Amino acid sequence: MSRFDRRQFLQLAGFGGAVWVSGLSAEVCAADAPKATGYDDFYFVQLSDTHWGFEGPPNPDARGTLPKAVAAVNAIPQSPDFIIFTGDLTHTTDDPKERRKRMGEFRDIVSELKVKPVRFIPGEHDASLDNGKAFKEFFGPTNYTFEHKGVHFIVLDNVSDPSARLGDEQLAWLADDLKMQPQDARIVVFAHRPLFDLYPQWDWATRDGAKAVELLMPHPNVTVFYGHIHQEHHQMTGHIAHHSAKSLIFPLPVAGSQPKRTPLPWDPAQPYRGLGFREIEAEPRKAEYVITEVPVQRA
Amino acid sequence: MVVDTRRRTLMCAAGALALSSVAALTLAAEPKPRAIKVVAKKFEFVPSEIHVTHGETVILQFTAPEVTMGFNLADFKLRTDIVPGQVATLEFTPDKTGTFTFLCDVFCGKGHEDMSGTLIVS
Repeated sequence: MSRFDRRQFLQLAGFGGAVWVSGLSAEVCAADAPKATGYDDFYFVQLSDTHWGFEGPPNPDARGTLPKAVAAVNAIPQSPDFIIFTGDLTHTTDDPKERRKRMGEFRDIVSELKVKPVRFIPGEHDASLDNGKAFKEFFGPTNYTFEHKGVHFIVLDNVSDPSARLGDEQLAWLADDLKMQPQDARIVVFAHRPLFDLYPQWDWATRDGAKAVELLMPHPNVTVFYGHIHQEHHQMTGHIAHHSAKSLIFPLPVAGSQPKRTPLPWDPAQPYRGLGFREIEAEPRKAEYVITEVPVQRA
Repeated sequence: MVVDTRRRTLMCAAGALALSSVAALTLAAEPKPRAIKVVAKKFEFVPSEIHVTHGETVILQFTAPEVTMGFNLADFKLRTDIVPGQVATLEFTPDKTGTFTFLCDVFCGKGHEDMSGTLIVS
């Protein structure tokens, strides 16, 4: 099935939500095209904020939502090249034993995903109380890079420090990595928290995120995908686009729209409203990313 | 000449004394900033509601009896870590009125996300 056919299928089947195109303008793309040959288009799936272990009225089907999402991803006719979970895999607990139990259960459930590889990054619920120790035991390093079809992916950890800092050591690692990339490299960054001050009043920020953005700024083709805020959000810092993903446990309100950052209530008339995952079609030649939001269950 | 020099010296000394008295009086007249003690414990600030007056300089004095906490009052760009065994202080003069949320911005446990309070500036 071609990319267009797949997108059309999603729309017709009621899977596809809003489509967001992130990337350069057509003029810039055209100018850049001659030296940007040799790229293959591909797509990947981003899931976020599953909070395995959460219990409460905001999601009466807390133990059923993640398996439903796994089934929905498996039902996509054309398999993605890879899948990534952008943090808060588990809901926090003060008990290290319970934390590991939740991580083990989460890992078992997502092992049902047909597509491999599945990549993970931590959220503060997974990593902030033990500096990422349990996460590393189950899922490996908290920051790393990988290449895929000409795109350089960078995974940043802005949660293992409970103060929401990347830290000087990781920033130096990022700087070293970026020095090895051509200036026009296609770069995608994954993080859990926003790297910019989205709404510090609700802790929607990374204390030293501006330093990471500053390091990325010399590269014209950078896009950031993150989680944490349990809703879709799109913002530019200069030429860098930042896209947050929906949650798979409960949606949070729009920044500042209510006094406290409490979950939006479950609506029995529209179960799973506001929850979902996304498909991201990467078109590296144009440094463009087409985002399609997919609900947990068919409309 | 000797007398004149002594007289000038005396006059200068008297003047300096007068000036320092004025300075002392001025210092004494300035109100001392009001200290407000805030305890950051799992998982609440005590008090969770802080009342101040517009233009009033206050000193917030924080302690955390259990684990390291954070205090972040983003609308005034004020924040500090609160380390057990130490008193963290923030002095500020609110320059706007209203109700502003502050929160703990150091992930401190399962109740962390409920740990917030309000500053009311009247």
